[in-house]
Amino acid sequence: MTRMTMIEAVRSAMDVSMQRDDDVVVFGEDVGYFGGVFRATQGLQAKYGRTRCFDAPISESGIVGTAIGMAAYGLKPCVEIQFADYMYPAYDQITQEAARIRYRSNGDFTCPIVLRMPTGGGIFGGQTHSQSPEALFTHVCGLKVVMPSNPYDAKGLLIASIEDPDPVIFLEPKRLYNGPFDGHHDRPVIPWSKHPLGEVPDGHYTVPIGKAEIRRSGKDVTVIAYGTMVYVAEAAAEETGIDAEIIDLRSLLPLDLDTIVQSVKKTGRCVMVHEATLTSGFGAEVVSLVQEHCFYHLEAPIARVAGWDTPYPHAQEWDYFPGPARLGQALVEVMEAR
Amino acid sequence: MTEPMRLSLHVPEPAVRPGDQPDFSNVTIPKAGSVPRPPVDADPETIRDLAYSIIRVLNRQGEAVGPWAGLLSDEDLLTGLRNMMRLRAFDQRMLMAQRQGKTSFYMQHLGEEAVSCAFRKALQKGDMNFPTYRQAGLLIADDYPLVTMMNQIFSNAKDPLHGRQLPVLYSSKEHGFFTISGNLATQYIQAVGWAMASAIKGDTKIAAAWIGDGSTAESDFHSALVFASTYKAPVILNIVNNQWAISTFQGIARGGSGTFAARGLGFGIPALRVDGNDYLAVHAVARWATERARRNLGPTLIEYVTYRAGAHSTSDDPSAYRPKTESEVWPLGDPILRLKNHLIQRGVWSDERHRQAEAEVLDEVIQAQKEAESNGTLHTGGKPSVRDIFEGVYAEMPPHIRRQRQKAGY
Repeated sequence: MTRMTMIEAVRSAMDVSMQRDDDVVVFGEDVGYFGGVFRATQGLQAKYGRTRCFDAPISESGIVGTAIGMAAYGLKPCVEIQFADYMYPAYDQITQEAARIRYRSNGDFTCPIVLRMPTGGGIFGGQTHSQSPEALFTHVCGLKVVMPSNPYDAKGLLIASIEDPDPVIFLEPKRLYNGPFDGHHDRPVIPWSKHPLGEVPDGHYTVPIGKAEIRRSGKDVTVIAYGTMVYVAEAAAEETGIDAEIIDLRSLLPLDLDTIVQSVKKTGRCVMVHEATLTSGFGAEVVSLVQEHCFYHLEAPIARVAGWDTPYPHAQEWDYFPGPARLGQALVEVMEAR
Repeated sequence: MTEPMRLSLHVPEPAVRPGDQPDFSNVTIPKAGSVPRPPVDADPETIRDLAYSIIRVLNRQGEAVGPWAGLLSDEDLLTGLRNMMRLRAFDQRMLMAQRQGKTSFYMQHLGEEAVSCAFRKALQKGDMNFPTYRQAGLLIADDYPLVTMMNQIFSNAKDPLHGRQLPVLYSSKEHGFFTISGNLATQYIQAVGWAMASAIKGDTKIAAAWIGDGSTAESDFHSALVFASTYKAPVILNIVNNQWAISTFQGIARGGSGTFAARGLGFGIPALRVDGNDYLAVHAVARWATERARRNLGPTLIEYVTYRAGAHSTSDDPSAYRPKTESEVWPLGDPILRLKNHLIQRGVWSDERHRQAEAEVLDEVIQAQKEAESNGTLHTGGKPSVRDIFEGVYAEMPPHIRRQRQKAGY
């Protein structure tokens, strides 16, 4: 066991995977010699050579397109899109190609690729360094979509993603790279070295895709969260004194519906929270499923707390980011509903 | 102060439209044999002229002339002729089958048969093509079963793609034919990635990318050239310039570029332009490029100058945008007739044997069609299972798709 930040855990996952499997290759913009703008690939080129870890031209469709071709050959590319906000030029390759190759060729060709994308806000990233585009992936059949919230899960999920036979969108909340963040931007950041989930095994292990984790058990209300919102939910529960059960989805597609349904049937109330914009966000899917599967157990309307339906602003960062106050208020309202 | 000049937008327009006299006087056709054959390791800078000329082997008399001639035996050429004839007969039968409602859609290769048939013969087993929807000759020249192609077109019980894919969007890993997508140009960059993978693994296999003139305007075309150039990927970047992208003439995609081949020059990629209706020239150029790739000398871009003699697809009527007789005056003629004449000129073929071969090929295709139809056509007979809708989205079916499959009753 070693104390790792999420960056170090992500790097360790690639290191372990490259060590175990010669077919794993890592590339992207600034990923090679420099080790990535977030340092996630630092040292990998020196250790595995330029043909296993290398810099790519600034072309997202080129990066994903070549990765798809490599996967068709038999490699397992784990590539980086520098910010999730810049995946749009590759959207054609992701949705029409990577996601469909197994289906359209009836398994003649497959696409075992991982697309790592730093995502989310809370860092004064403005419009194109803060987006949470997960719903644009969860709507695409053939993709898997995961988002870890801590170093342990980040490493285990990334190794599982690299070993997965299908394309995985691996969203890394960059606000969590160096420590958990509950939305209290005025307080000092606690580093992962002081958090139990910063304990990461050095070797190989996996966290299964498609399995949620209950971060806090409670009986009053189920809060469904992922990424940074897991810590916002913990803060909101503590500050309101509401005994919330907090589910960290970890995997959005496939979704661990059983864990959600079991929890909501127990609590009878549900709040969905995400950073992404509200309308047609991933929360809408979860809320719809909860309504469908837990209708007779619900004691209040399901609430959603999300980013506003606007582009991510710069100066108004903390009025946009769904912090503990906003979530706390939703918890109170859901508890008071009758 | 003088009045600023009012600007105007330039929109290229083909020289002629329906009702006009077809005219290709603007297409410069160099004499067969006139373009030099550089060594495969030539510095791209020294062979820039090849991107602006047209490599041709067969002259008007049907003779093979010049430095690109002499690679193929009579037997190879007879096989090539037969493959092109098989493709044309296949096209004719499938067009008819579409008109009869046996399938929803078809796309023919009329006039472009030499490009894919001759290119395939320059590849080896294990190499991978990333084709568009107009390179079925790659399969036919590799002896992929016609029945299987038709099963796919009819979406029947033996369709290898289980009814999931539009007709003609074949897939065969075994025959080095990557799964075709409806999305234009996406495969061009994937081919580069496949070639990079082969290089990463120290393999000896190479990749071939395919694109039409219209789709070169897609951004994936440009990313493919960048990546191929940067990593010196062992890939052949093929552009089939058949003059038309549905109704849009090639000038709309080409713009101010002298030729499509010339696009490669800015990326430092050697670029050749070849007579796409000359089986021998296509094969010779393909051999040059494959040898370059195999010797780790990097990518080559090839523009095949040809003409889309047929409609874009069974959903298209070309008489709405180009003269009906335009294909007849196309200066590079018909690939099958030209190879036939060459073989007659060589004394190994005759009009009579050609007629006989036409009958044999037609019979082969009809037999295949009978067998395929016995497996069903789009609306009658055997069909893929409804269950097949849900299979293969992922390696393992996730619970939500399982629930949906159950809801559908399977």
